[in-house]
Amino acid sequence: MKLITAVVKPHRLDEIKEALQAFGVHGLTVTEASGYGRQRGHTEVYRGAEYTVDLVPKIRIEVLAEDDDAEQLIDVIVKAARTGKIGDGKVWSLPVETAVRVRTGERGPDAL
Amino acid sequence: MAPAIMMAADKVELSPANTGFMLICSALVMLMTPGLAFFYGGMVRVKSTLNMLMMSFISLGIVTILWVLYGFSMAFGTDSGSLIGWNSDWIGLSNVDKGELWSSAGTTYNIPLLVFFVFQLMFAIITPALISGALADRVKFSAWALFIALWATVVYFPVAHWVWGAGGWAFDMGVIDFAGGTAVHINAGAAALGVILVIGKRVGFKKDPMRPHSLPLVMLGAGLLWFGWFGFNAGSWLGNDDGVGSLMFVNTQVATAAAMLAWLIYEKIRHGAFTTLGAASGAVAGLVAITPAGGAVTPIGAIAVGAIAGLLCAMAVGLKYKFGYDDSLDVVGVHLVGGIAGSILIGFFASGKGQSEATGVFYGDHSFDQLWKQLAGVGGVLVYSLVVSAILALVLDKTIGMRVTEDEEVAGIDQAEHAETAYDFSGAGGGAVRSAAPAPVAAAASKKVDA
Repeated sequence: MKLITAVVKPHRLDEIKEALQAFGVHGLTVTEASGYGRQRGHTEVYRGAEYTVDLVPKIRIEVLAEDDDAEQLIDVIVKAARTGKIGDGKVWSLPVETAVRVRTGERGPDAL
Repeated sequence: MAPAIMMAADKVELSPANTGFMLICSALVMLMTPGLAFFYGGMVRVKSTLNMLMMSFISLGIVTILWVLYGFSMAFGTDSGSLIGWNSDWIGLSNVDKGELWSSAGTTYNIPLLVFFVFQLMFAIITPALISGALADRVKFSAWALFIALWATVVYFPVAHWVWGAGGWAFDMGVIDFAGGTAVHINAGAAALGVILVIGKRVGFKKDPMRPHSLPLVMLGAGLLWFGWFGFNAGSWLGNDDGVGSLMFVNTQVATAAAMLAWLIYEKIRHGAFTTLGAASGAVAGLVAITPAGGAVTPIGAIAVGAIAGLLCAMAVGLKYKFGYDDSLDVVGVHLVGGIAGSILIGFFASGKGQSEATGVFYGDHSFDQLWKQLAGVGGVLVYSLVVSAILALVLDKTIGMRVTEDEEVAGIDQAEHAETAYDFSGAGGGAVRSAAPAPVAAAASKKVDA
């Protein structure tokens, strides 16, 4: 199994969710995150005092996938997340030792 | 209070209309203090929100009691030496009949003394609360409470007497302060400056990001202030037997609008954006500036007063970074500067057709008389309040200590002083498993660049 993590622009979340559902993914976890890459931050002004804010809001999506599906799934996410502008984010995958469905105790791919 | 129309006829009767109006105005002014609490509360970081709210709310408690006990007597009692008043009948309101009409400087008004008492009480409450914005994040609550009690006693009550009490020196001189430009705003702004010069900066001032944690809360507070201010300003004529209260009402709206626009335009040109905080701040600057002036100027004059004040205050809020004093939420930049602007502009824009026949430089015989009077009022209140407030802060600092420890300040004064947290971020509905202090707006590792 693989854990696929995507850190993307917040407004792409719906597209990604729909694409993943179409692909047949049954569950995912979404968290609000903040960070920066090449895009860097932005400037805010409060009563004339300028603040450079390095960290911009992002969405982190985590999906568990079977090994065979992983590459294709990554492509699906990347396609749905892409706007072509700087700051679109990153997607990566890691090997996962095991997964358990809490309700039934099923393990491995059955738990997905 | 400016002298209202003389009811020359033999006997003045209580006016139900004016009495009802003034009671409503008193409630409106009361609402300004919670409004101020939200205005300030939204501007601090998450970790000191409750402390900021409480610094205003506590004034509703302390000053009310002092006002009943002796404050009203000191401010509006029989004058001695043009400096202070006293009337033992008013101690605890012990010898005041419920139907007794308010009477001052030979004029009997058609509202009860009790109404004037409670209307003025609301002014006495909000003035110390205004100071709190400069002291964000770092002052022990007990020290603040004691400061309010002492400051009201030795600064506000006497200054209110000078400006509005029969026999007070500024009152007798003819300084125009319709609703509190000097007695409230310059007074509070100068006190704020005096105190922060003694207690010093917040930990991390000019280094750490100190963004407002909730601009919607700031806007809510500004809205409540704007609304309540109609009572503050129009009510200060103590009735509606002529058109002066209405003129004041109109000018309050007009000047505030002009000031908000002026601030926003300045910001757009200078910093490239129309900010929410700029709109709220501009509105408050306009309200402050028109407070002393609104009964004396025409609506066109009000546009000028508002626009000039909006612009001056927008420029003044940056000064703290240049001079290195930590006026945390710009009490000096908005209330002192706005109050001075409004008070002095009367000397130019007084039309002679409002509350009195006194005219400014641009009207009548173009005399500078009124301008000199205004300057005397501004200077007297400013210097007295600045010096005495600084001394009070110094005494408290040397005895019980004004500031919380650096640890408590950095971790958040809400938990140290109030044992509470403003927002439950646990997110798990109820949060039985509680993490420690929610991190201060840590989302932004940013740095202050410039003003």
